[in-house]
Amino acid sequence: METRIIDRKLDVLRDKLLLLGGTTEKALYLSMRSLTERDSDLARKVIKDDKVINKMEVEIDQMSVEILALQQPAAHDLRFVISVAKITPVLERIADHAANIAEAAIVLNNEPEITPYSELPKMAEIAGEMLQTALDAFTSEDSELSRSMIKRDREIDEAYNRIFDKLIRLMIDNPPLTTGAAHLLFVAKHLERIGDYVKDICELNVYLIEAAFIKHKKKI
Amino acid sequence: MGNKITVKNLNFFYGKDQALFDISLKIPEREVMAFVGPSGCGKSTFLRVLNRMNDTIPYARIEGEVKIDGKDIYKAKTDVVALRRMVGMVFQKSNPFPKSIFDNVAYGIRINRMHSSKKDLADRVEKALKDAALWDEVKDRLPTSAFGLSGGQQQRLCIARALAVQPEVILMDEPASALDPIATQKIEELVVELKKDYTIVIVTHNMQQAARISDRTAFFMLGKLIEVNPTEKMFTNPDDKLTEDYITGRFG
Repeated sequence: METRIIDRKLDVLRDKLLLLGGTTEKALYLSMRSLTERDSDLARKVIKDDKVINKMEVEIDQMSVEILALQQPAAHDLRFVISVAKITPVLERIADHAANIAEAAIVLNNEPEITPYSELPKMAEIAGEMLQTALDAFTSEDSELSRSMIKRDREIDEAYNRIFDKLIRLMIDNPPLTTGAAHLLFVAKHLERIGDYVKDICELNVYLIEAAFIKHKKKI
Repeated sequence: MGNKITVKNLNFFYGKDQALFDISLKIPEREVMAFVGPSGCGKSTFLRVLNRMNDTIPYARIEGEVKIDGKDIYKAKTDVVALRRMVGMVFQKSNPFPKSIFDNVAYGIRINRMHSSKKDLADRVEKALKDAALWDEVKDRLPTSAFGLSGGQQQRLCIARALAVQPEVILMDEPASALDPIATQKIEELVVELKKDYTIVIVTHNMQQAARISDRTAFFMLGKLIEVNPTEKMFTNPDDKLTEDYITGRFG
């Protein structure tokens, strides 16, 4: 079978999306490191690099529109372009949350350290793993794996609720730590949102593979 | 809506060569069904089966059942002229008669003696031209030659000619393949408009055209009906791998 013109374009589009995905994963990882290692320089780098991610988003948008207009894809090709076009802004938003975590880290690094705080990095680890797995599932077109990640979002939500309770308790018990605790709450919220976004990516994976719309459905 | 056309286990032969294999298909009333598939896949042959246009081909032979409104059109007693009046056809290349615009449309009405007076004839011609979205462009030049019209207008004239004898089904064999994009768009809009009153079957090589105007799409390959599905499903998630390969251009 000879290569179609559209195949080359779709390959480039896939590469661009995976590059965006990898860069987003890295931004999340580094933002959490800037927090746990109290490294404000690293936090500033994450914030600065977010511009690169925004640029990648625009490039993918343009390419998706170009393929739709000029190649007029159908069936799997069409679902692929639609999925990429919809996953892209989700990744960009995840990266925004990473940048927000980095901003919180800069504030927190000027506050007394709140220790020990192991649950937040654990939550970030789960979010990072989920994101990586969602992108792997996109690449390998594995709808079962995507569905399992959707279910895993619950772990993040549960961790968020636990952290929320603990931080509120901390604020009541130790008022001088309120500013720091409030910023940690923001961080926890950002991670919780990232879990939701990973879920969105997985739902789009299922659309790509099965042409099924499972968003907002109880039974997936 | 019920089925206008029901085809069951249809086989079609040109002499010893079999062109269509065991085709069963239902075409719902007042819908547009598109036939797509590579050249030589049998889609035009199948279209012609539906109003017995293949009768004129020597050695052509048919097996199976083709029912329109529940009546088998291949029964010996079938009035083929009446059948073709009920099942009109528009071809790839517009083929107006070497007559005036008016006489082209009036032709079928006259030979079928459908009109009661001169005024009735004029009214019928006007209605057919209006239904074919051509009236406004030709109303001031009805006595002039049909050959003076543009390609797109000639094609709509042929559609008006088909509509004038009040058919129920319109078969279209690549009606816009020789037209520019604007004329094509007019034909497409017309097809969508006409389905309110008619059942339309259209053969097209233009995938996007099938996607734009049809309610259902049937995909043929090597004389076999591979898949028939709602058009939206066909173009986003076809059931058959062969359909997917064809509509995404993996083979030509």
